[in-house]
Amino acid sequence: MTTQAVDEIKIGGIGASRKRVEDDRFIRGKGNYTDDITLPGMLHMEILRSPLAHARIKSIDASRAWEIPGVHLVLTGDMMATRNLAWMPTLSYDTQAVLATDKVRFQGQEVACVIADDPYIAKDACEAIDVEYEPLPAIVNPTQAQAPGAPVIRDDKENQPDNVIFDWEVGDKAGTDAAFERADVVSKLQLHYPRSHPSPIECCGSIADFNRATSKLTVYMTTQAPHIIRAAVALVAELPEQMIRIISPDIGGGFGNKVPVYPGYVCSILASILLERPVKWIEDKSGNLISTGFARDIYLDGEMALRKDGKILAVRMHTESDHGAFFSDAQPSKFKIGLMHSAFATYDIPFAHLTARGTYTNKAPGGVAYRCSFRVTEAMFFQERMVQAAASDLGMDQAAFRRMNFVKDDDFPHRTPFGFLTDSGQYAKCLDVGLKAIDYDNFRARQAEARKRGKLLGLGISTMTEPLGAGNSREYDILGIKMFDSADLKVHMTGKALLRTGARGQGQGHETTWAQIVAHELGIPAEDVIVEEGDTDTAPFGMGTYASRSTPVAGAAIAMVSRKIRAKARKLAAHLLEVSEEDVEWELGRFYVRSAPDRGVTIQECAMAAYSNMPDGMEPGLENTAYYDPPNLTWPFAVYIVTVEVDPETGVWDVLNMVAVDDCGVRINPMIVEGQIMGGLTEAYAMANMQFITFDAEGNCVGSNYMDYLLPTAWETPGFELHSEVVTPCPHHPIGAKGIGECAAVGGPAAFVNAVIDALDGLGVRNIDMPLLPDRVWEAVTYQRDVSGAPPVRGDE
Amino acid sequence: MTIVYDDTSEDTGSVPVRRIKFTINGKKKIAEVEPRLLLSHLIRRGLALTGTHMGCDTTNCGACTVLVDGKPVKSCTMLAVQVDGHEISTVEGLSGPSELHPLQEGFKEEHGLQCGFCTPGMMMAAKALLDENPNPTEDEIRWALSGNLCRCTGYQNIVKSVLWAAEKLRGSEA
Repeated sequence: MTTQAVDEIKIGGIGASRKRVEDDRFIRGKGNYTDDITLPGMLHMEILRSPLAHARIKSIDASRAWEIPGVHLVLTGDMMATRNLAWMPTLSYDTQAVLATDKVRFQGQEVACVIADDPYIAKDACEAIDVEYEPLPAIVNPTQAQAPGAPVIRDDKENQPDNVIFDWEVGDKAGTDAAFERADVVSKLQLHYPRSHPSPIECCGSIADFNRATSKLTVYMTTQAPHIIRAAVALVAELPEQMIRIISPDIGGGFGNKVPVYPGYVCSILASILLERPVKWIEDKSGNLISTGFARDIYLDGEMALRKDGKILAVRMHTESDHGAFFSDAQPSKFKIGLMHSAFATYDIPFAHLTARGTYTNKAPGGVAYRCSFRVTEAMFFQERMVQAAASDLGMDQAAFRRMNFVKDDDFPHRTPFGFLTDSGQYAKCLDVGLKAIDYDNFRARQAEARKRGKLLGLGISTMTEPLGAGNSREYDILGIKMFDSADLKVHMTGKALLRTGARGQGQGHETTWAQIVAHELGIPAEDVIVEEGDTDTAPFGMGTYASRSTPVAGAAIAMVSRKIRAKARKLAAHLLEVSEEDVEWELGRFYVRSAPDRGVTIQECAMAAYSNMPDGMEPGLENTAYYDPPNLTWPFAVYIVTVEVDPETGVWDVLNMVAVDDCGVRINPMIVEGQIMGGLTEAYAMANMQFITFDAEGNCVGSNYMDYLLPTAWETPGFELHSEVVTPCPHHPIGAKGIGECAAVGGPAAFVNAVIDALDGLGVRNIDMPLLPDRVWEAVTYQRDVSGAPPVRGDE
Repeated sequence: MTIVYDDTSEDTGSVPVRRIKFTINGKKKIAEVEPRLLLSHLIRRGLALTGTHMGCDTTNCGACTVLVDGKPVKSCTMLAVQVDGHEISTVEGLSGPSELHPLQEGFKEEHGLQCGFCTPGMMMAAKALLDENPNPTEDEIRWALSGNLCRCTGYQNIVKSVLWAAEKLRGSEA
């Protein structure tokens, strides 16, 4: 039988590197970002922020601000308190100040807002607000936070006698202790993963538009999760949910920064309700960098029990995480330290035990998942740094040690050391592809030869197994709302379609990729499918886009809703072909009669019949909605290998080559997947090389603008060589896809650090904390010692 | 063209206003502006050309890059009054009514953008480069774009996009 199926690649189905449809507006400057929206009668809001990290507020005098022509409203904490809005709940069951009433707890905290005709006037008026502070000692790291007699940062809370937020543990302590007793060698590592900021180029902002006549509140907002925001507004502000519409327009990058609820959003909403006019708030870069969701800032301490032949027997870990003044981690797991215990998922290790403590400090609220599935970046970084240290202690080859301890292909499903269930992967094969691409054996020879000439070459390997795509709903929820996602597909009578999902892209190309899944499932050309996201009045309820969950969860929902549509189309086809449904077969884009394959109808003909010629008793139309609750996370795997040359005179290091082997299962749009990987590798390079935010002993944020907070440009960013040879489909995802957006940012940093440490082999340097700034590397080379990046402790100097 | 502020005070004379003339995307304009008004705000709010984005307010990110008399300028740190008598080009002026500029085509062809926020500034900086150097090397492109930050792409595809455009532009002139 000759098939009459449509050609999947030609119609832009799975596997097609389809050019992006969203580009057509962006390249013309016709994107529609929050700040591009202007509403009639719109006012502008600016925020006055605290200059001090920790201080009692003695008084706020806004009288001079009120007098400035063009000022409509000045909001302070006391005014918010009269409406029970001075504090709001966080996504981690803590509270966060909207506008400070009693104390300021970090530099940059929101103290007052001005709403005026023009942002220039609003800014002028902010300067005219007089705030009298009584400075308090600032706490800038977990050690200080736990020192005896340390000032209690959260004295607003009952039952909070100190600065500890949680003590948490997971794993098998007794088994781990026993394994350490049996060990031939115990390898240890201590490091600090510095505070970093996701820093999308577009800052946060909102336009709240409350219409008194209809009682409807519409908010345009830079949010990665519009439905969660709607739920939060309904629950916090006690507004009826049907009267709240959150619209997330084009987003200029998110990377986790645009998941939390920020005080500016709340203030703009209240201002619009009070003034009955649209109120626009657009954050400036300093405001974004000093007050919105930071990431990382965690001390990792661990040890590995080893048999002398190289077998890993057990791992012990302790983490001290710095959460800033409010515990607002945007993470949906039931685990206090996110998915930190995904660490060592790559390796077959029988016993592991993790203890974690979180503390408050006088820093902006941290703990957003910056291109990361909730602490997985830290977990994988520690895993791969620890593995390198262990191999080095045993005198074993880095690649051979990894290969020996990898989870083997036929060991899946595999229980990780801390209890996750991984389901698929070809770890050794990925490593082999990477080693071949970097020319491993010859590099080691070149390295030895270069050493003789005083040149320091290094090679770093990093692997990562990332738990992506929360949830399942048994273990993952936000404020009790389960982590599923959704898709709604309407096929019009001409066979064209409108697809909406509960996700919200920020550059990942959803408008392009989602249509490809429909094309794959139904044979409707991708160009005939328009994709919409981000409007809570039209999109089905979903949990948004972060943690690389869109393809694993919303993408699965798209496949499932397409299959529902196909099931109904099959009934229509049987009716049109005048045969029973059992006699109808499907090939891409077409149903045909099994016994007479030439007799068939296209999916488009079925669509027309759904509106014009349906069988008796059938409900008209061809529309459906699917909600998808994944049975497990997806588990992509990757190997990243970097070679570097370190200049011992200056401490500067250059990347010679970088190879990335990503196995993310089925690739829907290979071009877009590669774009995601290159973006992630760049952020990995950034964190390893230059990008961190630190604080001085007074709690001043050093890195409040792009002069001080260094992001890599086109000039220093290295080139990357990507490999896609290894494909292990996800066994439970309807189209076999796994998450990919974050993998390179998660697994990449350790490759760079391992490469630099490898270059210093023999100098007695076990660790240099990120970022590997030239002065740190120079110090390590010159004094032949480890270099810590831990922030300063008051009184040190 | 003018910018209208609400007359909310009796003493409106306290805000000085300057009258400037300039050309933007080939069209001549007159504006009355506060001397402190930033060029980026004149473009975005005064002229409603929202393709020029603002990212950092401190001349670092380059999202607001426009051309002033053909030279790339970060419009968030230039005052509107400074363009009096000058010529501005923005992303909206890149394409003709029916035809895209090769840079716009190149960015789409080579997947040189993701969220799209840096893209207009990136393309304007690239245009300034290609106007001066129609056959740049990869290093020359990387250097010319080093004042423009992108958080999504890792730059590799941006470089390819500019090379794509350069080749097409050279072909069309041959």
